[in-house]
Amino acid sequence: MSGLPPTQSLPPDVVLSVRDLSIDFTMHDYILHAVRQVSFDLRRGETLCLVGESGSGKSVTARSLMGLVERPGRLVGGSILLREGDGAVDVATLDPKSRAIRAIRGKRIGLVFQEPMSSLSPVHTIGFQIGQAVRLHSGLSKDEARERTIELLRQVEISNPAAMVDRYAFEFSGGMRQRAMIAMALAGNPEILIADEPTTALDVTTQAEILDLVRRLQVEKGMSMLLITHDLGVVAETADTVAVMRYGKVVETGGVDAIFHAPQHPYTRQLLAATVKLERGARTVAPAGEPVLSVSNLSKVYSTEGSFFGRKPFSLKAVDDVSFDLHAGENLGIVGESGSGKTTIGKLLMRVIEPTAGSISYRGADGAMREVTTLDAGGLAAFRRDVRFVFQDPFGSLNPRMTVREIIADPLVVSGLGQDRKQVQARVAELMTMVGLDPKGMERYPHAFSGGQRQRIGIARALALDPRVIIADEATSALDVSIRSQVLDLLLELQQRLSLSFVFISHDISVIRYFCDRVAVMHRGKIVEIGPAAEICSAPREPYTQSLISAVPSPDPRHKRMLNRRRFVAPVPA
Amino acid sequence: MSVSDTTALPLAEESGPAITPLRKGTDPMATAAAGPWRLVARKLVRQKLAMAAGAMIVLLYLVALFCEVIAPGLPETSRAQYTFAPPQRLGLFVNKPDGTSTFQLHVKGYRTEIDKVALRRTFVVDETRIVPVGFFVKGPAYTLWGLIPMDTHLIGPLRPSDPMYLLGTDRLGRDLFSRLIYGTRVSMSIGLIGVSLSLMLGVVLGALAGFYGGWVDMLIGRLVEVVSAMPTIPLWLGLAAAIPVTWSPLQVYFVITIIVSLLAWTSLAREVRGRFLALRNEDFVTAARLDGSRERRLIFRHILPSLTSHILAVVTLAIPTMIVAETSLSFLGIGLKPPVVSWGVLLQDAQNVRTVATAPWLLFWPAAAVVLAVLSFNFFGDGLRDAADPYHG
Repeated sequence: MSGLPPTQSLPPDVVLSVRDLSIDFTMHDYILHAVRQVSFDLRRGETLCLVGESGSGKSVTARSLMGLVERPGRLVGGSILLREGDGAVDVATLDPKSRAIRAIRGKRIGLVFQEPMSSLSPVHTIGFQIGQAVRLHSGLSKDEARERTIELLRQVEISNPAAMVDRYAFEFSGGMRQRAMIAMALAGNPEILIADEPTTALDVTTQAEILDLVRRLQVEKGMSMLLITHDLGVVAETADTVAVMRYGKVVETGGVDAIFHAPQHPYTRQLLAATVKLERGARTVAPAGEPVLSVSNLSKVYSTEGSFFGRKPFSLKAVDDVSFDLHAGENLGIVGESGSGKTTIGKLLMRVIEPTAGSISYRGADGAMREVTTLDAGGLAAFRRDVRFVFQDPFGSLNPRMTVREIIADPLVVSGLGQDRKQVQARVAELMTMVGLDPKGMERYPHAFSGGQRQRIGIARALALDPRVIIADEATSALDVSIRSQVLDLLLELQQRLSLSFVFISHDISVIRYFCDRVAVMHRGKIVEIGPAAEICSAPREPYTQSLISAVPSPDPRHKRMLNRRRFVAPVPA
Repeated sequence: MSVSDTTALPLAEESGPAITPLRKGTDPMATAAAGPWRLVARKLVRQKLAMAAGAMIVLLYLVALFCEVIAPGLPETSRAQYTFAPPQRLGLFVNKPDGTSTFQLHVKGYRTEIDKVALRRTFVVDETRIVPVGFFVKGPAYTLWGLIPMDTHLIGPLRPSDPMYLLGTDRLGRDLFSRLIYGTRVSMSIGLIGVSLSLMLGVVLGALAGFYGGWVDMLIGRLVEVVSAMPTIPLWLGLAAAIPVTWSPLQVYFVITIIVSLLAWTSLAREVRGRFLALRNEDFVTAARLDGSRERRLIFRHILPSLTSHILAVVTLAIPTMIVAETSLSFLGIGLKPPVVSWGVLLQDAQNVRTVATAPWLLFWPAAAVVLAVLSFNFFGDGLRDAADPYHG
């Protein structure tokens, strides 16, 4: 079990070597080759980034290193050589239930997952969960393990660790949970840390802090790290070596500088081009039409009264005194981190939820201003025909039991325009062509389409009634980077042809910079800064905006941005 | 797929994940064009046990539909000379006097023996008396579905006067096999009719509660709790006692169905409410609302179609409860009453220990029929539930 013939020994600085790894998933009537002859070496103290878009097999590869391939997946070939003294053990040949592999998991290779929400148990304290990992790997007593847990929490920079050790996961923020997960992964003092999209669910400023932390720990403990990500910015900021994956194959491996400045494979070039494209604005002339949508002093307060059963009264200002104008033909970006109230603004604009105070006025096609917050049912229906919404989730926003034709035609049918079947069909075909879909796919159900195609279907539905304003809530967040820029270009092209105005809500600065003329930056329900996109993204005035912009990873390893970022300490709210 | 994201940017050599079909000549991506019901059916077909149970359910309903043809006799024909006659075995070959044997479907006749001590008459199967049996024989006349006069039976003795009791007879000398088959019609249909009643109640109330929430939900929720808190048997007893004695068996049948279903809709309502609550906040429902759909359209066009397969599964699992409820009511003597024949009525005959000791078949066969039907529905319903959501798992 331990050690292989010396002929198979590893080069001195390599701790983990993957050779021709293949993993198949046997589905009902086909075999999916999720990983195909993947090879890479992980050297001591180095960070290797596995980068690829969704479905490229990068996560499966990482999990197989710890023997965590779940059915119907199967390891069908190759070897995973893990250094053991002077020899090496082939993880691929170990039984996934054996004692040998359990000695490797956690003890020699630590794993950090993407979702800090679901990877921690909600019914045990953080200290208990980390303590379990500590005792499993060290055989310390309960009290010693507690000491060690507090020490680990201190190492991952959780303030006041002695108190936090007895808290539950729901009392931790997303960033703190991810820190706790890292502490757990470090419990066994592993030599290799695998981080599977560790910052994807986090805000940019939190992401920067976590990446800082991971890097510091890596240097301190001399760990090697395998970082799995789809974000080329994160790669540029952290990697020493990069392996680019696509459809289960490694298409290119190389040093980070070579990958970014002399890419060989066309796919790497495409990926880079799509990322770098979003580094500058696409809009040159800022239009100055009349305001079509004017928001003043808008507020939304969520509150509950105290109740007989001792519930404390509670109130939360999700949107706090927000004012802005959207001019005709303009793209207004609303950017902010999670919980900043940006999505609430989108819903308030559509009156999916009712505002607590303030006004929204809309200039109709006839030039008259109307107050949206007091519209009756008929007026609201007319308003919602002019102002349309594009959703974030391309999977949840299309009814799975309706064909694409029915979905796109639904607004036509409801508004009474869809009486004639032939006409509707022709209109749907026209809309599908407009958003770059083949009208032949009209009778299919949404599940037959990829994420990007579904988002196009959602856009076609929004366009069906010839709208004047489109509110897009994180419309490109769920898409891979190459698809994302295609969808943004589609929206820009449609804007030219149909003279639309956009309110574009996003957490992604690069998308905002590419797409918008003006940007409003939100923080804790308030707009902290509003101005031209180019100005906000290159020379922001407010400290919060500065910290936000400087935390965005730069997709150029020669100009790392995060290291010199500005930090913003929010004033404690009264 | 004819349309693909990557067509917009012609690039690297591959345009999709690597896939090997397991069967030659099939396109694994063909599922792409299939509708949701095709996907549900495809998932269901993969579950062997559920499919077997489904076949059994179809068979039971066929029996229920054609019970007059399948039963060898009429349920009410009693022959006093054959009370408590034991079950006969179907034999295939008959030995001729010359020693050779020929194929002849047959059962053995009966011989009476007198127990000298108890002075009780018992039947034993007489190995020497051969009763030839055939398929599609002429027998007692009946009218199929009360419409078509016929006298052909699927199976029966070639001479109508011969005794053929495959599952034995009861205390009046009536053929248990024929009665069991007639009982299938009543017992299986009571499940179906009862479920459709509670389906209507459950879906409407559950949908209202789930969609509107607030005080509507609160009201319906409490109603569900009150109804499900009621002790069923005493309530049934009370309701059944209220049925006038003068009513015809058919009227009683319908009233019993209503009584059973009035108490069974609650779980269905809960299920539907939960699904509605989950779907109400889905993006596609919000999208439909923003498209201008009114509430009726939201419920019936957008939410309910996503639920139908789930509802079907719940309904399938609710039918056995109905069947068991009818059986227990009739067994207690407060449900259906003779001359109506149901499995519960048949079990009523096996109420006392002495009968069970002398004629155990009276207990065994009706109970076995109930178990078979209930298990079939449960297995099929479980399979259906697993297949109901074709987009997950």
